[in-house]
Amino acid sequence: MIFRMMTTAKIGAAMATAMTLTALPASATECIAPSNPGGGWDFTCRTIGRILTELDLVDGNVQVTNMPGGVGAVTFAMVASERPDDAELIVATSTVGITQIAQGRYPAPLDSMRYLAMLGADVGVIAVDDDSPIQSLEELNAAMLEDASAIVTAGSSGAGGWDHIRLLMVADAAGVDDLGAIRWVQFDGGTDAVTQMMGGQIDVVSTDLGEIAGFVESGDIRVLAALSDDPIPAFPDIPTAISQGIDVTGYNWRGLYTGGDVTDAEYAAWVEKLETLYNSEAWQTAATQSGLVPIWRGGEAFEAFVREQADVMEEISRDIGVIE
Amino acid sequence: METLSLLGQGFVIALSPLNIGLLLMGCFVGTLLGALPGLGPVNGVAVLIPLTFAFGFDPTSSMILLCAVYFGCMYGGRISSILLNIPGDEPAIMTTLDGYPMAVQGQAANALAISGVASFIGATIAVIGLSLFAPILARAAIHFGPADYFALYILAFATIGGIAGVDPRKTLLSAMIGLVLATVGLDPISGVPRYTFDSFHLYDGVEPIVALVGLFAISEILMLLEKTLKDRPKAIPVGSWLPQWGAIWRTRWAMLRGSGVGFVAGVLPGAGASLGSFMAYVAEKQTSNKKGTFGKGDPRGVAAPEAGNNAASGGALIPMLSLGVPGSGTTAVLLAMLVSLNVQPGPLLFERQPDLVWGLVASLYMANITLLILNLPMIGIFTRLMMTPTWALMPIVAAVTFVGVYSISNSVFDLEMMVFFGVLGYLLRKLDVSLVPLVLGLLLGGDMERNLRRAMSISDGDWSILIASPISIGLYILTAGFLALSVWLAVRDHRQSQADRLTEG
Repeated sequence: MIFRMMTTAKIGAAMATAMTLTALPASATECIAPSNPGGGWDFTCRTIGRILTELDLVDGNVQVTNMPGGVGAVTFAMVASERPDDAELIVATSTVGITQIAQGRYPAPLDSMRYLAMLGADVGVIAVDDDSPIQSLEELNAAMLEDASAIVTAGSSGAGGWDHIRLLMVADAAGVDDLGAIRWVQFDGGTDAVTQMMGGQIDVVSTDLGEIAGFVESGDIRVLAALSDDPIPAFPDIPTAISQGIDVTGYNWRGLYTGGDVTDAEYAAWVEKLETLYNSEAWQTAATQSGLVPIWRGGEAFEAFVREQADVMEEISRDIGVIE
Repeated sequence: METLSLLGQGFVIALSPLNIGLLLMGCFVGTLLGALPGLGPVNGVAVLIPLTFAFGFDPTSSMILLCAVYFGCMYGGRISSILLNIPGDEPAIMTTLDGYPMAVQGQAANALAISGVASFIGATIAVIGLSLFAPILARAAIHFGPADYFALYILAFATIGGIAGVDPRKTLLSAMIGLVLATVGLDPISGVPRYTFDSFHLYDGVEPIVALVGLFAISEILMLLEKTLKDRPKAIPVGSWLPQWGAIWRTRWAMLRGSGVGFVAGVLPGAGASLGSFMAYVAEKQTSNKKGTFGKGDPRGVAAPEAGNNAASGGALIPMLSLGVPGSGTTAVLLAMLVSLNVQPGPLLFERQPDLVWGLVASLYMANITLLILNLPMIGIFTRLMMTPTWALMPIVAAVTFVGVYSISNSVFDLEMMVFFGVLGYLLRKLDVSLVPLVLGLLLGGDMERNLRRAMSISDGDWSILIASPISIGLYILTAGFLALSVWLAVRDHRQSQADRLTEG
């Protein structure tokens, strides 16, 4: 009998631990990362949540919720149907999310949300192994022009995802006609793709710089081009595609949206808070440390930018045959 | 020598009062989380990340805490496998095969002690491997391409028939159901939804932990409900509360072999702990199952997969730290944690942040010893759990599983999926179909398909890429040898039994 009570008490204690661990003190403000812990969206929510609290821009802690599913589609559907007017809710998104919307892979249109701001961006790069015979972007483009199917390219997105599209934009600008012939291999992350390239399985990687920066510093890989307007501060020696005559940029920006029925006043208040956060020392440091270039676009200007990007993305996706 | 002095400095860092405190807390919390079905290392680590930020720990202390939780979960996962036939997490699934039968035979204390020691041996071998050879092993692992991973998965699936020996046809059926379920979701290569029935909740496919908890925990509750209608279930008798040391010593070779197999699986970023414990079990069964005792409570069937599982978890830290490639969900979270603490995992980590790397390695040695010390005295307490009547235990198990599964993705849909899998598991158990192959099919099927598709993308549709590398050819030869041996053994046994019948007749 005593044993039984002991056991029950023990399990009770275990359960209490489990409950407190899973339900951290709730607060009014919630940031949903529409992915598993560990990805870019998760970073956006956790870092912004932390700094919002540190700067006293919100009351108490920001609760970060992971709601993975359909590359953000599950969260998008939930906000559209259940919490369109919840001004305490912000959701992480990025170029990857907008690509999904532009290709019609979300259950609701772009306009069902209000886009608050972008706070930073990861820069896309085109890289080869340090032993690769390809020495420059020009040589890569020449090789693709000669025989588009001879090069095996890879990145962290599936066919038609942002890593793939960025690469095709470069090939397109170089005058390659047969974009569909370029071989594309999907890996689970940028580092997976890079290590497979070092192992000799693939020739070229197109992905965000942040995740693979360690391999650039160690000299294991050579970056042929950064898809940014200006050279990246941390890697001033990497030439931009633009400086090599290929007029392509490929940022993966990180930003936030909120529900579509949030009032103008609440929307404006969020944009103001996020701008304060963007200008803080804490955000500038956190963003730079994780390989992001701090870039601000907020409010109306950001909404217009998102709409324009979705249109461009839709057009490219159609050109390369990802959607009809 | 240089390694030893670096490790010595690591111990100086790991032995600070704060780090020892975090280590103890991490080990304890991890064991608990691992033992509770549905809660596992991924949730445990993810939930603790905000805590480490809140307290402002430095990167080394944060990593020590999180890795202690990670290792603790791997130790804890086996407890409910053995006592309740419900795996606490995915890699613990192989431990149900012989661990639960041992418990039913009154050998719970031995099973817990063997698995505890096996976990210690496996994890320690992995940490030794990590401290001595991490950069070299990581450089070797990158030569494994998609075609080679595919060959590895072929080997795994060829051996799946060997795990649960009731009826090979039912084992194959179960594995096929798992493979079919693995195709649900967005196709990662092209982004096309498959078998999602227009539900966005199915876009990410069937979450293995949800299926696992449903199949084992919920179906167990259903089985119990059925039994209580017939007769009042009694608690399982406990033979002894104290383990016998001789029983542990007899499994020493199984532990070592399991550690070796698991470690290799862990170092390969595309394999992981589930594959490690599975291959360790199959390899052990193939070498040692002379009397057909595996699956009926053979201590070696507990020792090998537990050593394999823990060796693989430790091994998975090698590609994570020295390449920045996560081999599992948990290492992916740890990796994100490192990045947000301004630590860049990758080829330069060992040179640039030796304090972090060696402090972590030293703390892993200490975590292993702590976990062993923490786990052995608890055997007495855990075995008493067996004396709890199931009618009192099962409602608590049900509550824990629902809380655990809901906490993964905050989704009611996952709870519905879990119940669906519970009913499926109940039906399959009534038909005497083993559930282990189903979960393995689900766990490994997705990766097998992705690697095949990647290989085909690389070769532009030319199938010959599958046999183009020496690694894949070697793996196919191993597969063929394994199958030939199985057939030969089956034929020999068949002849033997016929001969016996003739002499008797």
